[in-house]
Amino acid sequence: MSIELRNIRKTFGDFVALDNINLRVATGELLALLGLSGSGKTTLLRIIAGLETPDAGEVLFHGADATTRSVRDRNVGFVFQHYALFKHMTVFDNVAFGLRVKPRVERPVEAEIARRVHKLLTLVQLDFLADRYPSQLSGGQRQRVALARTLAVEPKVLLLDEPFGALDAKVRQELRRWLKRLHEEIKITSVFVTHDQEEALELANRVVVMNNGRIEQIGTPEEVYHRPATAFVHNFLGNVNLFHGRIENGKVYLGDTAVDVDRAHASASGNGKAVLALRPHLIEIITRPNGKPSFPATVISVNPAGPQVKVELVAEWGDAVQVDVGHERFDELAIAPGARVFLRPKEEKLFVYQI
Amino acid sequence: MRPLRSGLESRLEKLCFNLRRMRVFRHPVEPFACRRYGMLTRNAFIAPMATSIHIAAPPGVTLTRSADTLTLHLSGEWSMRHKGAATARTLSSLDAPPKPRRIEFESSDLGEWDTSLLTFFERVLDHCRTRGIEVDRSGLPPGVQRLLELAEAVPEKKDARAAAARESFLTRIGNATIEALRSFDEFLDFFGRVTIAFWRLLRGKARFRTSDLMIEIQDCGANALGIVTLISYLVGIILAFMGAVQLQQFGAQIYVADLVSIGVTRDMGAMMTAIIMAGRTGAAFAAALGTMKVTQEIDALATMGISPLEFLVLPRVLALVLMMPLLCLYSDFVAILGGTTIGVGMLGINFTVFVHEAAYATTMTNVLGGLFKGTVYGALIAIAGCLRGFQCGDSSSAVGDAATQSVVMSVVLIVCACGLFAVIFNILGI
Ligand SMILES: Nc1ncnc2c1ncn2[C@@H]1O[C@H](COP(=O)(O)OP(=O)(O)O)[C@@H](O)[C@H]1O
Ligand SMILES: [Mg+2]
Repeated sequence: MSIELRNIRKTFGDFVALDNINLRVATGELLALLGLSGSGKTTLLRIIAGLETPDAGEVLFHGADATTRSVRDRNVGFVFQHYALFKHMTVFDNVAFGLRVKPRVERPVEAEIARRVHKLLTLVQLDFLADRYPSQLSGGQRQRVALARTLAVEPKVLLLDEPFGALDAKVRQELRRWLKRLHEEIKITSVFVTHDQEEALELANRVVVMNNGRIEQIGTPEEVYHRPATAFVHNFLGNVNLFHGRIENGKVYLGDTAVDVDRAHASASGNGKAVLALRPHLIEIITRPNGKPSFPATVISVNPAGPQVKVELVAEWGDAVQVDVGHERFDELAIAPGARVFLRPKEEKLFVYQI
Repeated sequence: MRPLRSGLESRLEKLCFNLRRMRVFRHPVEPFACRRYGMLTRNAFIAPMATSIHIAAPPGVTLTRSADTLTLHLSGEWSMRHKGAATARTLSSLDAPPKPRRIEFESSDLGEWDTSLLTFFERVLDHCRTRGIEVDRSGLPPGVQRLLELAEAVPEKKDARAAAARESFLTRIGNATIEALRSFDEFLDFFGRVTIAFWRLLRGKARFRTSDLMIEIQDCGANALGIVTLISYLVGIILAFMGAVQLQQFGAQIYVADLVSIGVTRDMGAMMTAIIMAGRTGAAFAAALGTMKVTQEIDALATMGISPLEFLVLPRVLALVLMMPLLCLYSDFVAILGGTTIGVGMLGINFTVFVHEAAYATTMTNVLGGLFKGTVYGALIAIAGCLRGFQCGDSSSAVGDAATQSVVMSVVLIVCACGLFAVIFNILGI
């Protein structure tokens, strides 16, 4: 089932939680809502589910207006951040719950319920825990039970609100891969919320980046990572150095140095102030200028732990700069804190945003 | 990207931030904060205030006007030992005609300074902001500029402000009234929805689990017997005792039996049971539903196509409505037993005589009236408890609040209903 949101707006008192949201989720798609905490992701998800009513705008399910349709009739499955399992029921009963409370005419017989529950528990790889209570499970297991419980009523749409938010990094990675496989298997239209950019980029077919109740960019993981539409998206998706520069007559100035900018990455025209964004691995450290645009800086600290050496510098105009260099190159350079070096931005990767 | 700062500067800023959060800027003479955090001076962070003991010129501000610009010459040592005399004078001269359009600062004669200077600037800036006077900060010492910027960047703590601004008596009464009316409104709304759910139940459409109903019946029926016994027995004793002291004077002790049986069956039995159930079961309903709200179990139910109102509220209301008359009847019986204890033990009335008199005074109308009241109280308690549970906020501390509020609401509703019944029964001549 496809979902469409048109001009959704939601306020809490004077606070605008969502402002003019337009979004389409295609059938069978796995869409990620990515944004900082408080950017309105949960509110948007709850509006899709019908747990919250928008102040303005429409929600369409499969092309039909569902704005006023009640939660019960929307046929959505919702997985909550803190699992929301029924504490006083076993894992089996939790998963069976949705089937058992169906009206008598729709309710399957008990044997059929048992069969379906076991099938779901096998799908989430927890069949051996059917008789336990939620309090006896680990966080990751609880979340998988919650997912099985949601899938039991065969929803047309699956909504997940930071499903792995409360878990530790290792388990999260595992569940991430597992969810991707699961989605490929059952192909249900899914929207999941996360504040973890890695999770969004790895899992989703498309990513929606949200900020302060507005959508900053919608695109495939590759698009949002390599062609961010705004400085916010650029900053949010991974480490980035932001510099204040200015644009004059088609040239971009960083301090007094003019840099050539590949026009494809410059969303800037005319003259004025601009923000220049460059990821740490796209800056080269050189010991003396080689004719190409470069600017002087002083090394502040060096951290060689990890796959790349993280070098912190301060540019001559006072901005802190982070640069990642390979270990081999680092040994070649032989720099230590206090050293005066030159930074050469890889211009073809430089992004310019006008402000 | 933040420019890198020297260790001392960043430490100063952090301190300033802390001071700001403790609102020392607004209450610079708060002794605790001063002692604890020391003071900010231009040169260093001097920890205990008492160690800076040199005498210096007091803080001074001289004003010079040119065209529509006012220049403030700052001089002397600005320390918290000198109370803000300079502040008041400056502020009043800002208002004196001719009104300046712009102010500037001159600080070459300024000596040592601490938070008091910042307080002074804050007041002046505030003053200028409200009057639309332009401020040129370039004459301020650089340290002050930086600290002021930082102070303005940190949002004020909202709760501190709320505590500071006390509302007037009338405002508070008005707000409380609006709040009370709104909460009654919510109650009526919820009552209506529960009624609709009941209607669906009667037509066999509502869905909840019988096992839930049974558990609730056990909890607010059998499990409540102990406390109901204790309280009812004591209420019987108290009623009888109070009556006995008066009636003894006229030699009319035997009427203690009438007093207790009529008083208990008509009103006190239902009332006391209801109050017990409000504290015990109503609060438990609010806490149970509040917890489910916090853990989002209620949302989970809704997304699984189940009406939380039918699934969670109906069994609870039904259980209490079914159990209240039984508990009332039991409470009546135990309270009369308590009265009998006093009659037989203290007044020396024969047991058979006392029971006979009590039985004679007890009428079916009174008993049934009492049971009816009890049933209504039960419905009110259950609905108030569930309502507050549903309205619970999103934090776990909100669950406690919900429980408390449910008890308050129940008790108010019980007392109002009791008064209403008294009037109605009176009109009907029961
Ligand atoms: N029921 C509510 N009442 C008032 N404010 C709310 C409510 N729900 C959410 N908000 C506010 O709306 C904003 C967005 O919340 P939310 O959608 O939960 O953000 P996210 O899930 O992206 O962290 C937050 O600032 C939050 O305080
Ligand atoms: Mg959220």
